[in-house]
Amino acid sequence: MLDADFFRRWMTATAVSVEHEAERLTALDSPIGDADHGSNLQRGFRAVATALDKEEPGTPGAVLILAGRTLISTVGGASGPLYGTLLRRTGKALGDAAEVDEREFAEALRTGVDAVSQLGGAAPGDKTMIDALVPAVDALGRSFAAARSAAEEGALATTPLQARKGRASYLGERSVGHQDPGATSSAILIAALAETAGE
Amino acid sequence: MKMLINVAETVVADALRGMAAAHPELTVDVENRVIVRRDAPVAGKVGLVSGGGSGHEPLHGGFVGPGMLSAACPGEVFTSPVPDQMVRAAAAVDSGAGVLFIVKNYTGDVLNFDMAAELAEDEGIQIAKVLVDDDVAVTDSLYTAGRRGTGATLFVEKIVGAAAEEGRPLERVEALARQVNENSRSFGVALSACSTPAKGSPTFDLPAGELELGVGIHGEPGRERRAMMTSREIADFSVNAILEDMHPRNPVLVLVNGMGATPLLELYGFNAEVQRVLTDRGVPVARTLVGNYVTSLDMAGASVTLCQVDEDLLRLWDAPVRTAGLRWGM
Repeated sequence: MLDADFFRRWMTATAVSVEHEAERLTALDSPIGDADHGSNLQRGFRAVATALDKEEPGTPGAVLILAGRTLISTVGGASGPLYGTLLRRTGKALGDAAEVDEREFAEALRTGVDAVSQLGGAAPGDKTMIDALVPAVDALGRSFAAARSAAEEGALATTPLQARKGRASYLGERSVGHQDPGATSSAILIAALAETAGE
Repeated sequence: MKMLINVAETVVADALRGMAAAHPELTVDVENRVIVRRDAPVAGKVGLVSGGGSGHEPLHGGFVGPGMLSAACPGEVFTSPVPDQMVRAAAAVDSGAGVLFIVKNYTGDVLNFDMAAELAEDEGIQIAKVLVDDDVAVTDSLYTAGRRGTGATLFVEKIVGAAAEEGRPLERVEALARQVNENSRSFGVALSACSTPAKGSPTFDLPAGELELGVGIHGEPGRERRAMMTSREIADFSVNAILEDMHPRNPVLVLVNGMGATPLLELYGFNAEVQRVLTDRGVPVARTLVGNYVTSLDMAGASVTLCQVDEDLLRLWDAPVRTAGLRWGM
């Protein structure tokens, strides 16, 4: 069973990974975006870590809702609303339960991913974070480790795609050949999840 | 890249403190990042709120004041502001007549303003939105996020600002904003990439002998790269790209906009070429504005925006305005 502490550690682990990977994310964002994805997420997850320390939410749902709300009010850009919605809607789907099992969490995360897809209007293959998140959710039924591999493969598979959503879409064919920074940060989020689960 | 900054993290806050010191006629909330005209809310007047990433100065904070915006929300450099800022701005300028959000068509701006509109409406503020998408370099299709919003933002903010000052109601102000956007088209070129403070080096690689055609205002690469062209050739290419998309029957407003690092000497010379093409193509020019208005940090280059105007629009364009970045008639 997964409790509030598990979700708090997931968010903290994500914040640590984002610190480590910020430069790489920004480098990925330079050729096809505007070179700020790493610094934006860094600002957001630092704020998430601070907020979780201060407010100490007591249920899995409350942890993710607070994290999502914090991202929306600190990140800006497209990443703020998209990641904020992912976590907030996943948290809302978890409800008030003090503990959730892995199957319930997988279902809730799928609700969150669907909400992101709807908000951004993106489908798999559009070269966005959805390309890492959808395979991750599909694999989550097997194990956290499987979800991590699926997300990483999904992120790598964005390289040959032409962007159809977000700022990279303005480049048309010139977005081909670059790994999507959003899919990459999503893979980091899922990797932190597997790490938290000890897988 | 050498920059006149302390550290990248405080660039926006530092600029806002400096702006507050230079412009006592504005209320600058540095902590919450909202710039409001000092006399807001003005009784009976629709509030105009815009915002977007920093790095495009004087857009948007430099366009706050009588005759133009009521408030602006600057985000991080090239990053949309967050909904909290927009809700604060709306609350600060709403006199009960409602607030128009002027949003440039970038995914982040659209999502954050959408969320803010919902939150502001929950607080009882009537919100209308207009999306600016004037950039002909980006083709609209089912598969793209649509055209980018660039130079036409200035025309929308100025013309609609004058209409709001006259006391027009929200639905008419909103309709006018859509009309100005529909009447406007832009095209931009970059001679060099820009450097964001966070990255500290050029955001894309543009060799010395080349230029980017159809560049956006975030240092994102354009659609096509070519060997460097003359001012005359760039004017031909840019204006023709616009006129392929719009066929003005009325006179146009012309904005020859610098991207930040191109001197006025070059911009005026470029304007001479732009006017020549327009004359050759039989397009009458009503007014022309030349300068750095919608910039991209230290990018060299320029954009051209044309806005077709009737008598009402031209009168509103000529109406008095008093802001840090644009002022005439008062």
